[in-house]
Amino acid sequence: MSEKFEPIILGILCNWCSYAGADLAGTSRLKYPANIRIVRVMCSGRVEPTLVLKAFQEGADGVLVSGCHPGDCHYVDGNIKTLRRTPLISRLLNQIGIEPERFKQVWVSASEGEKFGKIVEQMVEEIRKVGPYQKKLGDKLDVVMHEVAQSAREAAAGSERRG
Amino acid sequence: MAPKLQLAIYWAAACGGCDVAILDTDEKILNIAEAADIVLWPIAMDFKYEDLYKMGPESIDVCLYNGAVRTSEQEELAQALRVRSKYMIAFGACASWGGIPGLANLTNREDIFKTVYQETFTTINQEGIRPDVNFRAPEGELFLPRIYDRVWSLDQVVDVDYYVPGCPPTPETIWTAVEAIVTGNLPPKGSVIAGSRSQCDTCQREKTEKKIAQFKRPYEIIPDPNKCLLEQGLICCGPVTRDGCGHRCTSVNMPCRGCYGPSEKVSDQGAKLLNAIASIMDVKDEESARQLAATW
Ligand code: SF4
Ligand code: SF4
Ligand code: SF4
Ligand code: FES
Repeated sequence: MSEKFEPIILGILCNWCSYAGADLAGTSRLKYPANIRIVRVMCSGRVEPTLVLKAFQEGADGVLVSGCHPGDCHYVDGNIKTLRRTPLISRLLNQIGIEPERFKQVWVSASEGEKFGKIVEQMVEEIRKVGPYQKKLGDKLDVVMHEVAQSAREAAAGSERRG
Repeated sequence: MAPKLQLAIYWAAACGGCDVAILDTDEKILNIAEAADIVLWPIAMDFKYEDLYKMGPESIDVCLYNGAVRTSEQEELAQALRVRSKYMIAFGACASWGGIPGLANLTNREDIFKTVYQETFTTINQEGIRPDVNFRAPEGELFLPRIYDRVWSLDQVVDVDYYVPGCPPTPETIWTAVEAIVTGNLPPKGSVIAGSRSQCDTCQREKTEKKIAQFKRPYEIIPDPNKCLLEQGLICCGPVTRDGCGHRCTSVNMPCRGCYGPSEKVSDQGAKLLNAIASIMDVKDEESARQLAATW
């Protein structure tokens, strides 16, 4: 199973450093796994926790947030916001049972194409080990529908008996 | 005289607080009784489900459903009440969003059963008996509701017309809702019957520049009664919570726990609160951010 599993990682990258870095990795033909789907935002400071959670709700196996190194943010301190959020998001994800391997926040500059490729490679490897993201909560709709149907049958059987 | 309102009140995965809150409307409960015939109210009156099942579609004007949906019985009643009610109202935080019972969704049925029926120190259960949906007694077979793997809000199970928020809703909120229903002066379908701004918007506490160097628990400090609680390090959900409760908690020096649900334009109350908290953390590097976050 594990050799077949190709995790889908949502990469949310700031326009000025990290997206340029990822772009450099592309143009210099550095290979990095195609598992990452990249969304470009103006600044990593834009990445609200709501977006990270939404990515998991929509079925991502992992989320990578990347911005300029502290001190280099195009908007001066957008990434300071990012670094304050990161430990809070990690704690929240941990509480709701999402493994730490699935969320990473990194700094990648415009010249760090190679570093970006390595980060993605490593993240793909780690998520392969933990497997596809499944909500631990058992809220897959078919499972629930099955339960509901079963309960309905029991209730029907019960009321027949009760007459 | 206008015909009396046919009213049903039901409790599902609830603590009983929502039902008590209805009684808490004091003498107004008499006005409610005057305006309405109560056709179902399990906590206060003796009704049989059979009587409910005999009622036709839309024969109930309003159903106030409190509590989350966690068992097959609660789901069945939600559906039975839905078809029989003109207005289905999610009453209280549990029915509206899952509330306290919704915390069960941090884990699952199996783990909860394991804890409750096997692992707690006070449990002795050598035969490993677990709740079951049927049981063969000498007198015949008994059926019990099935506990679902997760907890649902009411609108995840049936169509909901209005939300009356709060844990529990305050008497004023309840009365506003009842009045709106009785007079037919109802907001658009899907509305939350409470304020439309955030707690912070209408909070009287003095707000200056927010910066938190350390998170505090309510028992650790005696907060200044005039200053914003969040600025004093207490986690107050005011920035992301709908107002309309009359600032019940913040006016007695307790931070808001968010029971009126997300304010308008906020979809994920918790995630939005994280964001608000992050923006006032007084740290500039990763290590201090980690240390401060750990004190929450
Ligand atoms: S909303 Fe609060 S008061 Fe009402 S049932 Fe739920 S826990 Fe109890
Ligand atoms: S955070 Fe709490 S105490 Fe501060 S203004 Fe908002 S509601 Fe009031
Ligand atoms: S202050 Fe917050 S927690 Fe307290 S009643 Fe109002 S909304 Fe609920
Ligand atoms: S612009 Fe790159 S982190 Fe702000």
